[in-house]
Order: sequence, then structure tokens, then C-alpha cells
Amino acid sequence: MTEMQVAEVGAAETAVPDRLEFDVIVVGGGPAGLAAGTVCARAGLDTIIIERGRKPGTKNVMGGVLYTRPTAEVFPEFWKEAPVERCVIEQNQWIMTEDSVIKMGYRSPHFAEGVPNCFTVLRVKIDQYFAEQAQAAGALVINETKVDEVLSAEGRVIGVRTGRPDGEVYAPVVILAEGVNPQLTQALGMQEDLKSNDAAVTVKEVLRLEPEIIQERFGLGEGEGATIEMYGAPTQSMLGTAFLYTNHNSLSLGLGVLLSEFAELPDTPHDLLQELKQHPAIAPLVEGAEPAEYMAHLIPEGGYNQMPALFGHGVMIVGDAAQFVNGMHREGSNHAILSGKAAAETAIDAHNKGDFSERTLGHYRQRLEEESTTIADMRKYRRATGFMERHPVLSVYPALAAYAFEEMLTVDDKTKREKQWAIIKEALRRRKPWEMAWDAVEGGLSFV
Amino acid sequence: MSDKPVVIMKPHANRGLDDKLYLVKYEVDEEHSHLEVIEPETCIGCERKPCISKCPAEVYRWLEDEQHLEIAYENCLECGTCRIVCPYDNFEWEYPRGGFGVAYKFG
Repeated sequence: MTEMQVAEVGAAETAVPDRLEFDVIVVGGGPAGLAAGTVCARAGLDTIIIERGRKPGTKNVMGGVLYTRPTAEVFPEFWKEAPVERCVIEQNQWIMTEDSVIKMGYRSPHFAEGVPNCFTVLRVKIDQYFAEQAQAAGALVINETKVDEVLSAEGRVIGVRTGRPDGEVYAPVVILAEGVNPQLTQALGMQEDLKSNDAAVTVKEVLRLEPEIIQERFGLGEGEGATIEMYGAPTQSMLGTAFLYTNHNSLSLGLGVLLSEFAELPDTPHDLLQELKQHPAIAPLVEGAEPAEYMAHLIPEGGYNQMPALFGHGVMIVGDAAQFVNGMHREGSNHAILSGKAAAETAIDAHNKGDFSERTLGHYRQRLEEESTTIADMRKYRRATGFMERHPVLSVYPALAAYAFEEMLTVDDKTKREKQWAIIKEALRRRKPWEMAWDAVEGGLSFV
Repeated sequence: MSDKPVVIMKPHANRGLDDKLYLVKYEVDEEHSHLEVIEPETCIGCERKPCISKCPAEVYRWLEDEQHLEIAYENCLECGTCRIVCPYDNFEWEYPRGGFGVAYKFG
């Protein structure tokens, strides 16, 4: 059961005629909120989207991969006109030590065929495109307006109070798409305080580089993109990943680290980013690229176990505020959009029925379970962060794997059998056999 | 317990963060800081002060003489790290007022 804080809203009882009323209020103009607002407005609901930034997107940061199919469920064929950067045809996973790297990757022309799989994007541009779609559908997008409080009466949400003078806005349904710092959701008692193992601090730089140079360095054609995710040394073996994505005429280089472990170190996030830039495998890729912007954001990592109550009387929680991020697969904006859509469809139903109770809005969760991969994927990885915290996987295996590669690829006076024994000995020096067995068994249970 | 002193922040000669923050566009709210410490006394007893090293924009600085946490809120990138990382839950943290704060060009 959700317990909602009942705010003082004396005026709400005596319906003032000129009070600002809508069918749906959406708090936040990111992918979740803009998807929700667009779907509501298309169904003819009187919809307001309230955004605290100067324009949608200006407060938002993402590594930069947007998956096409989920996004197209709300914005059909968007990639034909939206400001996407490059169509990703190659995805790489790098395991790194301080000066070496094991590279794996998959490149396929199929990623670009028909409905392309995913694109690199820059959030300020793409969110403004989504906002234009919401407006074209009839939603009112109000910028530079912060929601200070969700208004409740008699145990149900009835609207929001913004920072503007006489800034109360009322609606029978409020969709909270407030992002990773869910203070409004928390004030409603629907989410606990986030702990340091519920979020990764992420920093990123956009580095400007000529398109032709990007294509040459990454082996790409015009409009084609590549992604690299990096594990191990870039995060000093802490739980997290680094990434390098190709945009049209820039690179996005960044990293995210779970705060719980990172808090113990004297390094700043910016220190880690600077070290990554100097890594011998990264330096040649970013050489000569001009810094264009530096940014920071939190990524929700609490996952399934840390999801808020997703709905209450008159309210639904979507996107990052609901912890809808699959860190293992760098997926977030797709779940944000699908959750926004599911909440919007639930709001439309509620209007048709004239019933905004928790029972009706509970269909939101049902939709997420049945019509999208969001909850199923969150559930699948519900043990992943805990596993990674208990098992020093990233501090043991990347270095060990690098040792093995170095040994087997170096030709010297040792026989191959001697080399194998050297690798086994090194493995046992770094991790006891039963510890490796424990890593394998619990890892299997947590990821498979 | 080790008797090594706790290092609050890795010493480094400006690794270019200032230049990077210079590239970031801000609309500074001159009248109001959106970041406040609730109980300044608590910071004195806080050994590691993770707000300082974990802030991506180095908003926080410990003034040894004054025994006081200086807050350069105008550089804040609004990530929320300080709030979550504070072992004493000692921040009055909110987003800047509507229209103020960081305004990314790329994001």
C-alpha cells in the first residue's frame, strides 16, 4: 500500500473557477515524460508537461545509445527525421588493465537494415524533437518551471504546485517523470531514500572531431556508428563501465561508477575520466578531438529491488524515477519511453472510466509486465548488483585474462604446456579455487 | 585501523576541470543557493567527506582554518551525488529554481 502525504490544499476543495486544470499533468520533459505526454495528447487528453530546464533536454544526460524499436512505439519512424547521430553497426566490449585491452565486438550490417537497431544520440537535440512531437499532438510543454510539491487531498493526488506565482495546477492524474532524483516520489512516501549502492555517478565529455576522421579511426561508413563499453581499469575495477560512442561529428567518452565503492576513494569522477583519456587504447581514438561539453548525471542502479510503488491514487511513476534502467545492457531511455507509454495508456483508460483510483492505475504495472520487456528484464537482473558487490569480479578476472592473453601470445623459451601451468598458477594466486567456483555458481544464478 | 591520514581528495594540479566547466552553460540563480548543509558541525566530524571528492564539478571545498564546507553551487551539474554519498544525510538538496542552473548544449 502506498501511503501518501496529504498536503494542505484548502483551496482545492472549493473549486475556484479559473484554476488551472488539465486531464493529465506530466512532471519532467525527458524521454519518459515526453512519451507519456505525447500518447495522452494524441488520445485527446488535455495534457501539460512541466519541465524545469530552459528547454526539454537541457538538464538531461545519457551515454548516447537510443534503441529504435521501443522508441518507435511512441514516435513512429522517428529516425527518418529526428536528429540522430549515427546508426550503430558495431558494438564492442573491452576488458582493460591499466595499459592493455582484450577486445571483443560484433559488427553486422543487419543492425542498419529495415528498422535499424539503435542510434547514437545527444539528448538535448533528441529530447527537443520528442517535445516537438508532444506539442504537435496538442500537449502544452511549459519550460523553466520546477514542481515543488505534489498536491494531495483525501489520500489521492490532485495536482502539483510549481515554483511560479499562483503556480498550482490540477489534474486527476499526475505522471511523475522527474528523473533519477525522485524527490517528489519520495515526498509521497512511494520511494525510500536512495543509498549509495542505488546509483552510479557518471561523467561524460563530448569531444568534437571531423566526421571523416571518426569514420577512418573506427572503420565506419558515412552515417555508421560504433560503440565501445569498457570494464576493469577505467573504473579502477569498481562496479561500473566506461564508454566511447561515435556521434556525427563528435565522440561521447564517459564512465559511471557505483557510488558505494567509489566513495571510499580520494579520486574524483573527473580524475577517472582524465585517466581513461590517456589509456593507450583510447588516446589514439580521441587524439585531436576538442572538448565541447563536460557533464555529469546519476544512473539509477537499484533495479528491481529498489523500484518505488509504481502507482497510487491519481499518480504513476515512470522512467528513471522508477529505477527503470538495465545497467547490464546500458538500457534506460527505451524503458523510460515504454513506461511513459504504459502510464499514458493507463491514464487514457482511467479517463474513459472516470476512475483514477489505485486499482485502475494499477493496470500500469500490468501493462509493463505484459506488453513490454521492462519489468521482466529488471527482474532478471535483480541479483546482479548484489553479486557484483559481493564478488570482486572486476578486480580479479580482467587482469587475469590479460595475463593469460599476454602469456599465450608471447613466444619465448617456455613450452605451451609451461605457459598453461603459469596461467593456472597465476589464477590460483589471485583467487582460491573455491572462490572461483563460488563466483561461477552465484554469477550463473545472478545473470542467466 | 591504519594510522595513515585520510585523504579527502587526491592531490592534483588542476587536470583541466576548470577549463571544462568553462564550456558548460549556466544560468546562475544569484539570489538563492539550491545546496545547503543542514548541520555544519556534522561536517567537522566527517572523516572522509565524500561530497568533496565525488562531486564531478568540485563544488565542495573544505576550509581548514574556518572548519567549514564551502559550496560553489553555481558550478553544480545537478547530478545529486552529494546528497546520496553523504554518510550523515546532511544536505538540504534541491534542484535550482525553474530556468536556473545548468543548461546543456549536447547532453
